[in-house]
Amino acid sequence: MPANAFNGFTDYGIGIGLRVPHYSHILEKKPTVDWFEIISENFMVDAGRPLEVLDKILEQYKVVQHGVAIYFGSAEPLNREHLKKLKRLVKRTKTPWLSDHLCWGSVDGRFTHDLLPMPYTFQAARITAQKIREARDYLEVPICVENVSSYAEFHVSQMTEWEFLSEVVELADCGILLDVNNIYVSSKNHNFDPYDYLNHIPHHRVGQVHIAGHSKFKKYLLDTHDHPVLDPVWKMYQHAIGKVGKTATLLEWDDSIPSFDEVHHEALKAKKFTAEPVLA
Amino acid sequence: MKRSKLKSSPRNPSSPEPERLQDLAAIQKLMADAIMRPLDDDSRMKKRWADGVATKDVANTFIKPNDRLSSFERLEIYNRQYWFRILDCFYEDYPGLRVVLGESKFNNLAEAYLSATPSESFTLRNLGARLIPFLEAESKWTKPHQKMAIDMARLEWAQIEAFDIRSQRASSLKHLAGKAPSKIYLQLQPYITLLKLSYPVDEILLRILKDDDMLRSEASNAVELDTGPAVKSVAARIRPKATHLIIHRVDNSVFFKKLTLIQYRLLHALQSGENLEDACETAFKGVKATASHATKLQDWFATWTSLGWFCLVK
Repeated sequence: MPANAFNGFTDYGIGIGLRVPHYSHILEKKPTVDWFEIISENFMVDAGRPLEVLDKILEQYKVVQHGVAIYFGSAEPLNREHLKKLKRLVKRTKTPWLSDHLCWGSVDGRFTHDLLPMPYTFQAARITAQKIREARDYLEVPICVENVSSYAEFHVSQMTEWEFLSEVVELADCGILLDVNNIYVSSKNHNFDPYDYLNHIPHHRVGQVHIAGHSKFKKYLLDTHDHPVLDPVWKMYQHAIGKVGKTATLLEWDDSIPSFDEVHHEALKAKKFTAEPVLA
Repeated sequence: MKRSKLKSSPRNPSSPEPERLQDLAAIQKLMADAIMRPLDDDSRMKKRWADGVATKDVANTFIKPNDRLSSFERLEIYNRQYWFRILDCFYEDYPGLRVVLGESKFNNLAEAYLSATPSESFTLRNLGARLIPFLEAESKWTKPHQKMAIDMARLEWAQIEAFDIRSQRASSLKHLAGKAPSKIYLQLQPYITLLKLSYPVDEILLRILKDDDMLRSEASNAVELDTGPAVKSVAARIRPKATHLIIHRVDNSVFFKKLTLIQYRLLHALQSGENLEDACETAFKGVKATASHATKLQDWFATWTSLGWFCLVK
């Protein structure tokens, strides 16, 4: 399913995140990259250097927006001001699809600036799906929701994480940004089999895939995005591509960021697994 | 600064009522209260909830333990991440204030400010948006350097604003030619801040930012900073001195520039809506008029318009 309704019927290949330390390299050397993912909120400004850089990037490259603060899963309504700014950016980038996380992060107007885990309840699924639909109708662009890494589970949960993800995307009729690393991290933190997760989601809804590195602590794994992708995650990625087909894939590297070439080289390893996927 | 009187403010949450913890909003409110509570002196989650019950009992009501971590420990991961994240951001945004106050006082201020005024914006860029009124209202965090601290906070916030606030079409000398000064109304660009300070804190900041060309010249705050002993000694030696600054941007890089008192008055009067003639009168009030004033004015406006500082008032 390389091109589907959830990624705007595109076939984007292997991308990397657009990050500040790489700006000058990209603008000067103009390396060949399939596409860049931007963090929407970093460019939801009125003027200045961020937009200047973005416009130069847009002249040369395909760009997809990835958000961190819509908070589809927050119990409170969508923030209209936020959506207005986001829509302005969508028009600027012409992103064929837009992603944000299946999480919450604000309460009563207070922002945690974190991607907090959902209680996996039917009530939460209904609220979240409704908000995704509202956002999509307003933004007029397909939306993919990303599974997050988590470190806590709730007593109140009524289903597994992958059942919750499936419930939400079916109710919202939206896409999935499948973060393979996040599944791995959460599987270790919550003692489930990550392949159960990969096998039991609606594969036809996957519009994009994320890969990344994580850090190992004594009692849990932390999603740090400051390492190359680890072998178990590559294995899961291979399995996922076997299920969903050759799908737009992005490497996230957000901390201790090495050179552009190193990040790009790491991302391109994904090609080994996307060359000739065998659909399972 | 007025604090919320709600019983369940982030610093003073009451322990949960178990029967309500089925509801999404109630769970999220409780978890947000927990993770936004300040850490203890060892940077761990506080053992006691605000109303005195054990935090582990609160955590047990809604967070599942696993075979390695208790409910308390799992919640603590989020509590610590929250504080590390916002403190890091605040730390990066206010290198000058750090030098003025010293690390220990700055850390206490950061925790007090961020507890009292949690972020109300989707972006961490706005974390310091309410810092100046907080510093004005709560002198205990900055004394005996309250004035200098407020001056520095104003300068650093003005830089944040100058970085990405919209610009309007700039006016040029051509727009002004042939018009009577009493009919000319000029407005400063929205991203510009004029500052009247009691201390020359710009001198400290220039020492911190090793190269003033680097002032927010990239798309983030990430510049090479020097907050070492030499800079600290400059801050310690600094004495009160009326200082007038303009914080602006050129080619999307942020700069600050010293102004004379007359220049400040003139720009301030224009910003306040006075026409050019009245603004000049305000600026030169009490100053003996000389022939060189007209030349000076011409030079200033030539420079200022070339920097794109003005936009015409419609």
